[in-house]
Amino acid sequence: MSEEASKEKRKIKSAKKMRDLMTTYYLDALSASQNNKKVAWITSGGPVEPLVAMDIIPVYPENHGAMIGSAKMGEDLCAKAEDMGYSADLCSYARSDISCAVVKGGPIGGLPKPDMLICCNNICGTVLKWYEIQARYFNVPLFIFDTPMCHTGYSRPVADYVRAQVDEYIRFLEKVTGKPFDHDRMAQVGKLSMEGQRLWQKVLNTTRHKPSPMSAFDAFFFLALIVTLRGTQVAVDFYKELIQEMEDRISEGISIVPEEKYRLLWDNLPVWYQLKWLSNTFSAHQACLVADTYTSAWCGAIQYIDPDRFLDSMAEGYTRIYLNIGVDQMAEQVIQMVDVYDVDGFVMHSNRSCKPYSFGQMDIMNIVRERTGIPVLMIEADMVDPRNFSQSQVETRIDAFMEIVKQGRDKH
Amino acid sequence: MICAGIDIGSITAKAALVRDQELVDTLVIKTGYDHVKAGERVFEQLLKKTGVGREKVCAVVATGYGRASVGFADKAMTEILCHGTGAHFIDPAIRGIVDVGGQDSKAIRLDDTGQVTDFAMNDKCAAGTGRFLEVMANALDVELAQMGEVGLQSQNPSKISSICTVFAESEVISMIARQQKREDIIAGIHDSAAARVAILARKTKLADPVMMTGGVAKNTGMRKALEKHLGFELTTGRLAQENGAIGAAVLASRLSVGS
Repeated sequence: MSEEASKEKRKIKSAKKMRDLMTTYYLDALSASQNNKKVAWITSGGPVEPLVAMDIIPVYPENHGAMIGSAKMGEDLCAKAEDMGYSADLCSYARSDISCAVVKGGPIGGLPKPDMLICCNNICGTVLKWYEIQARYFNVPLFIFDTPMCHTGYSRPVADYVRAQVDEYIRFLEKVTGKPFDHDRMAQVGKLSMEGQRLWQKVLNTTRHKPSPMSAFDAFFFLALIVTLRGTQVAVDFYKELIQEMEDRISEGISIVPEEKYRLLWDNLPVWYQLKWLSNTFSAHQACLVADTYTSAWCGAIQYIDPDRFLDSMAEGYTRIYLNIGVDQMAEQVIQMVDVYDVDGFVMHSNRSCKPYSFGQMDIMNIVRERTGIPVLMIEADMVDPRNFSQSQVETRIDAFMEIVKQGRDKH
Repeated sequence: MICAGIDIGSITAKAALVRDQELVDTLVIKTGYDHVKAGERVFEQLLKKTGVGREKVCAVVATGYGRASVGFADKAMTEILCHGTGAHFIDPAIRGIVDVGGQDSKAIRLDDTGQVTDFAMNDKCAAGTGRFLEVMANALDVELAQMGEVGLQSQNPSKISSICTVFAESEVISMIARQQKREDIIAGIHDSAAARVAILARKTKLADPVMMTGGVAKNTGMRKALEKHLGFELTTGRLAQENGAIGAAVLASRLSVGS
């Protein structure tokens, strides 16, 4: 088979449909005000289901940040935010979103103006100030959903505190929209959300197969739907099709990396502006990034959610996500993934932007190394701001790391 | 059987020849602007120096930042693997390497067969590299090669608090303005750079015996400062700077045997 034909065969066909769905989603959001619909900006790990139940269109500045990064437009927008007076040490999603709101830049000319902002701090503390800034700029109401850090467990006072906010959240939505909350509709949305998350987990699990039908780089792309359209039939239907395609690839023996020999696990957000280069660099070593700690965060708390008591259990599910638990529990999840996906090495992205994700990585690295014995690589970069990425330095580290991975495999 | 290793670093290009597991000779030249030419030049000059004909060289391995630009090499390998192999070749007892080069510093852990089990490199910052020392030597108007000796004369080392090379330079300039002794400032610079490198060594859990390699190993003041931070002595030889090239040549001979 020619190289072209082989490349064509490996292409994931669902990608086109996914792009179309995302385009439709953004067009709907951008034309919301013409259709008498309200738009809420919400953090990536925020409780979106009540918005969907209220027919409010959720828009994600973080997903937008990822698009800006992938479109390699991060540098200009981050620099613009620095011109406005924001520190270069601030998260690059926050910087690019803040400046984009003003200059209407980026790949889609800025997000639609919000009618309200929903900020959940289960993913980081930066979002509090970031959303306060945007609430002032757009002069719209802001709801803060506060999820205390769960270092060890989920105590009764925490449970009561978070659950009480679910009711406040609903009252907030009723006030902003002037409509009563529909609990029947909420129950349906809750079930769809759960189903979507279960299907997403199933998509990710297809990479347990050797060779893997897709990689973490594909997961970074297909993730957008479980983030933005969680709780909708669209997401459920799409992931069913995607699973089917993956199963077909497995039965036809189509792998994403030609002649996959080594399997790796990725930690932290993607380096959005270098996805292709990173993917090619690992592929050249016959290495496939089969799993990651990032995309699994959108199905990692399923165990806490009961679709029949969605609102009650949602409080716990949203509080106990990967970035809101203790370092030892994070390490435990990584070790489990090393086993489930049978990986030969662990690649950690020390992300200058994402403090909660990157703080504690040294400890996780040591725990994982000690318990599993697999080699671990740490690379320094940033998810959106390319000024914090040095290609030749990262390349040397990857090459040296792969020498160790190969050596380790040869021994066994 | 003769094999060669070429190490193209950011500041110097190194070449080494190995014959039947014995080191023949090495050579160091300035890299200059053209990496491709630097590789050719250092190789040609070493062949001339040793009187070995080019056709006698069975295999060549290239390493260093310019490893991809050595067109005549049979294979490119990272400097981590090459430094590990070089150190094990020179002294099989070595279990760790601290390599401080022109634009990066690294710590490498080895097992008893000389294989690399872990490594750490400096992040995107010149603190703790040869370039940091070069900038400081320039600011202090002292020859880079003399820095080590001068710094060792200090009785009362200055304290450099900036990690950033540019800020540290202005800190040094203000110390000069305050007429602090040159040897004290230099000792402070060595201490600051050594503290950065020691972090890498601790990250990789390096344990005695450790070899210091790279051009900066020639700087005794820096080596002593590093030893103070690590709590044990470092071994170093006269071929510290050429260690990567030597390792590349050894790997080339394995390549040649393998084929």
